Amino acid sequence: MKHFLAAALTAAALAISAPAFAQTPPNVLVVGQIAEPKSLDPHAVTAVNDFRILVNLYDGLTRYRDGTLEPEPSLAESWEVSDDGTVYTFSLRQDVTFHDGTPFNAEAVKFNFDRMLDEDHPYHDTGPFPLAFYFSAVDEVTVIDEFTVEFRLGEPYAPFLSNLAYPTGLIVSPAAVMEHGADFGRNPSGTGAYSFVEWEPNTQVTIQRNADWWDGAPDLEGIVYRPITDANTRIAEMLSGGIDVMVEVPPDSLAQFRDGGDFNVYEQAGPHVWFLILNMKEGPFAEKAVRQAANYAIDKTAIVENILQGTAEVAAGPTPPAFAWAYNEELEPYPHDPDRARELLEEAGYDGETVTFYVTEGGSGMLDPVAMGTAIQADLEAVGMDVEIETYEWNTFLGRVNPGLEGKADMAEMAWMTNDPDTLPFLALRTAAWPEEGGFNSGYYSNPEVDDLLEQARRATNQDERAELYKQMQQIVQEDAPWVFVANWKQNAVTTAAVENFKLQPSFFLMLQDVAKPQ
Amino acid sequence: MIAYIAKRLLAAIPVLFGLTIIVFAIMALIPGDPAQAILGNFATPENVEKLNRDLGLDKPLVQQYFIWLGNLFQGDLGRSYMQNRPVLDIVLERFNATLILAGTALVLCSVLGLIAGVISAVRQYGWADKAITFIVLIGISIPSFWLGLLLILVFAVNLRWFPASGMYSIFGGGDLPDLLHHLFLPALTLAVVATGVIARLTRTAMLEVLRQDFIRTARAKGLSERTVIYKHAFKAALVTVIPVIGIQAGFVLGGAVYIETVFQWPGIGSMLVTAISTRDLLLVQGGVLVVAAAYVLFNLAADVVQTILDPRLR
Repeated sequence: MKHFLAAALTAAALAISAPAFAQTPPNVLVVGQIAEPKSLDPHAVTAVNDFRILVNLYDGLTRYRDGTLEPEPSLAESWEVSDDGTVYTFSLRQDVTFHDGTPFNAEAVKFNFDRMLDEDHPYHDTGPFPLAFYFSAVDEVTVIDEFTVEFRLGEPYAPFLSNLAYPTGLIVSPAAVMEHGADFGRNPSGTGAYSFVEWEPNTQVTIQRNADWWDGAPDLEGIVYRPITDANTRIAEMLSGGIDVMVEVPPDSLAQFRDGGDFNVYEQAGPHVWFLILNMKEGPFAEKAVRQAANYAIDKTAIVENILQGTAEVAAGPTPPAFAWAYNEELEPYPHDPDRARELLEEAGYDGETVTFYVTEGGSGMLDPVAMGTAIQADLEAVGMDVEIETYEWNTFLGRVNPGLEGKADMAEMAWMTNDPDTLPFLALRTAAWPEEGGFNSGYYSNPEVDDLLEQARRATNQDERAELYKQMQQIVQEDAPWVFVANWKQNAVTTAAVENFKLQPSFFLMLQDVAKPQ
Repeated sequence: MIAYIAKRLLAAIPVLFGLTIIVFAIMALIPGDPAQAILGNFATPENVEKLNRDLGLDKPLVQQYFIWLGNLFQGDLGRSYMQNRPVLDIVLERFNATLILAGTALVLCSVLGLIAGVISAVRQYGWADKAITFIVLIGISIPSFWLGLLLILVFAVNLRWFPASGMYSIFGGGDLPDLLHHLFLPALTLAVVATGVIARLTRTAMLEVLRQDFIRTARAKGLSERTVIYKHAFKAALVTVIPVIGIQAGFVLGGAVYIETVFQWPGIGSMLVTAISTRDLLLVQGGVLVVAAAYVLFNLAADVVQTILDPRLR
């Protein structure tokens, strides 16, 4: 039997593998993705996994300048903003055609935003459009002439240009939407550097070079995105030559790729914050001193170095350093100081009440939530806080946390990835963003000063002025400690040595327009 | 025989419906809803509620079930929430891949298991029997996802004989050799446990048969040992083994869920894992229904084969 099995194995191996195991062909990049995309309609999706494909298929009116989170012209060649900051007039590129052959023009731009924002639009039911609120400030889109389009906002909204660069703002072909309706997400057509070829469910999404791309045809002939949900399998594919690029490498395996000479490892800090929402409405965290104590008690350096193995950095405040222009450099993270934490708890008269802590099993941007949750529990218990963990699967978790923690928990894990320094604080730290108002301020933080700063920053048309306001906001929020600020994630990717000009972006998007793979 | 098969098929219908009720109930009991999954992190409770209404998920569960049932009778399993495609298309497409994998594994485990069992019985307590028993014991005890990872490490990563995942090469290929190339490791992994079970059972059945009078008679008649074992004893033992192979078919199908995930095989198992985690209710329903129907059919087929082999059962 033993001989038989061995013989059968060898025979089968020789018979079937006669042509040596093929590497991926030159000029075609195979990317190992973490999941099957939900849809290739940029207005219908929320996951970075899908964005990694979309940003290569579509262009927006603006895009992030290489290596930054600052918007620069893309499909819009230039724009003018009215003095009061409510009217944006864009001059569009005139030489652009959608992949389906229809022309890109002001009408197309209007169609895109009306589809998302106007419930009476004939194609509004091709949604849902979960991130349409990125453009909720837009009152009206008007076609001025064929290549000029005007956006009228209800109130000044400084993040507007940056939101246009986000996948929710990417421009799709109206003709393709009309033709495919709700199936547009499977038959995408944009103006990007690559055009859609094929989507074989659970196997691959293939896109090819758009020789007519207005910004110069890319080097690669095509890109194949393969969904490989199991991280171990993804690593095996990378090692066995089945893929050229893999993203979200587990910390444990990063060292292995670093040591082998056949691979390049890339890391890039991004606009990500991993934090604990503290319930300020009731329970011990209603006291500022107790919230600060939690910030002192938790050893973030240990979490970042031991659990996340250097794939993240300690967070100092609510704004990630990736927003370089708006980040307050003077902010120092709360140091790990258990004695100070005990002092503060005593000052606050904390009576040893048990704290309920919501932990999720996984989820977008959550890194290693169970291990991190356990470490946090241990740190808090070390200063005398009794912590009880309740673990939930991600969707359930969101369903419990987003409507607010009142009556349920004192503390919850959370992570956000955003594209503008406004987004997170505006949606999760303002008084007007309490859950019952439709926001994500699940811990009920309220500080009129912060509210005011955020409102002003939104209206400011001058970036330096905005930056100043955000820096003040960070100072106050860090002092108030409505959250425990834990970590800023560094995204990573591994490529084979053959891949050239590969770069990660602070936006977390995978821009592959300039990548080459000559052999 | 046809009446027998028809009767068995009819009896399967209430089983399948009972199953859909259970699945519906389980999906309703586990927290987290499809709208939340569709909308992601940025879902406000208000939007979740609205989308649930649009999807018809605000209706009472019983009503939802009967709507689903009514559509089912018209051959409509609904549309997947997450993929926005007809459930039937997705399920059939995926089921095809699973059948290829599970079918190959089943053939593999039947052939290997029967051969090993017969050798084991004929050489009872000999070194071959001991070796087989040892290997079989390991085979039964190894967790198959772990074995799968191990095989990937050795044969895909180190030796590079086989691809690590997928069903076809993404470049070229797409033909039968390409499929077999991709099929080998997952089918082998999937077959290992069932091979062990079948081998053990064949051994026992063969030993039992070999002790019976008609074998002694056959030997006394001066038939060659080969004829005695393969013509007489093996055929008799097969009657006991066939239904077990039918049951193993069910286990193989179930095991495909893990193996498909490990090897990224685009089958119904990996589809169900994703569908459950994203609360894609209709897709889970459709998938489970098809798997259950297949399970029932496998058992039926095993019974029919057994009836053909053993005239006493008619």
